[in-house]
Amino acid sequence: MDSALIPKGVRRCPLGHFVLFLAVVGAVLLWGVFAMVLCWIKGLNQTNMNDYYGFALWIWADLAVIALGGGAFFTGFLRYIIGKDELKNIINYAVLIGFICYSSALLILAIDIGQPLRGWFIFWHANVHSMLTEVAFCLSCYFAVLTIEYIPLILENRQADKVPFFHNLSHNMHEIMAVFAATGAFLSFFHQGSLGGVTGVLFGRPFGFREGVFIWPWTFFLFTWSAAACGPCFTILVTKITEAVTKKKLVKDNVIELLAKISGWMLLTYFVAKTIDTWYWASVTAPSMGFFLSDFYTGNPLYGWWILVTEIVVCGLVPALILITERGRKNKTSLVVAVVLASIGVSLNRWVMVLQVMAVPVMSFDNWAMYFPSWQEIATTILPVAYGIILIGISHRYLPIFPQEKELNPVD
Amino acid sequence: MFPFIFEWIWDMSHIVFMGGLWYALNIIGIGMTYCIIKAVVDTYQGKGGHHHDEACECGCDNHH
Repeated sequence: MDSALIPKGVRRCPLGHFVLFLAVVGAVLLWGVFAMVLCWIKGLNQTNMNDYYGFALWIWADLAVIALGGGAFFTGFLRYIIGKDELKNIINYAVLIGFICYSSALLILAIDIGQPLRGWFIFWHANVHSMLTEVAFCLSCYFAVLTIEYIPLILENRQADKVPFFHNLSHNMHEIMAVFAATGAFLSFFHQGSLGGVTGVLFGRPFGFREGVFIWPWTFFLFTWSAAACGPCFTILVTKITEAVTKKKLVKDNVIELLAKISGWMLLTYFVAKTIDTWYWASVTAPSMGFFLSDFYTGNPLYGWWILVTEIVVCGLVPALILITERGRKNKTSLVVAVVLASIGVSLNRWVMVLQVMAVPVMSFDNWAMYFPSWQEIATTILPVAYGIILIGISHRYLPIFPQEKELNPVD
Repeated sequence: MFPFIFEWIWDMSHIVFMGGLWYALNIIGIGMTYCIIKAVVDTYQGKGGHHHDEACECGCDNHH
């Protein structure tokens, strides 16, 4: 029934199956929308946020999707600025994943601010001394860039492309895409960094506070670095999941291996920088404020030494070593293990920098403050996942996302 | 955001922050305006009248 909209030369599942798939994921989406509407109508009392936790599960989800969506800016940077031409075969998907991640981040912020009708205040009455203002500016502008990168894909739909104006617009946008990609890389560098900077400048929170250069704490650079390293890993992971679900090879191995290799080296250098940062913080910065490293990892039921080792070694060094070796990249299982670990690692890092920061006692009479989110927070955090799955499903079905699909899966 | 808003001050923070924002917005705005105007001109000149599955006269490699 919808075959006129499906790209020529590719095979898709029957429409009935696709609608059933959308209905199942759509039910989860509606659950999230219900929780979101509750938060907007009844207010932030629907959450378990309190005086300890002004940042809740949402902000972790926000920072995590922004880091995981970093594949879009870094792959765009490699493709358009550095000139890695092979990546043209995965850039569309990286853009789609980035678009989903960033639109989700903005949606989460719209729920989190409690009064979305006043969302424009951050632009109109900007506090120019706030890292979060920079984040809001760059996030909004970069989302506009991602939308501009996604529009040509929509216009390349079989029916839309028949309209000469749409075809010409799509062509012209591709012609100057390098300008948009460069702008996106510039914006991403600053907002990824500023998200790290938010924790790094909290001098009242010794667990998060870091020294740095000029106004930028080291966490500024580490956040950008980790997003550039782990974002492409998430792009590879979602590509592999899509291939498993559709039972088709969608991107050639040499493209995946190139992206994996670059990510591996980025991750290894990030691991070295993060280790130095952690050592300096543990031995100089924190003691200067009256804390020992053990104060941050003992005396509570959740945040033990395991979290530090898991984040830096298991989800940092291990995937880096797998991805920089040819054997590791070429082996399908080890490649998937590496990109899963890297994606978990960057999400765990954001968890630590958002939620563990809040949990650690600061005053001598203080206790660890543990936190469990309300169901509304959980539902609104799952909402972007359902939205992402639906958008990927629709885009894969109707848009030419994977340029190599026809060649890899010839239709008889 | 604008100098006519009451809390605006002509200091380095406002110039750097707002300069960066307007710089990015201008690139995005000018870039999109160029694309749209050129697409209108190209359409009036009769370009782009083919299906995506056919070869594109602009030699754009199926826009990838």
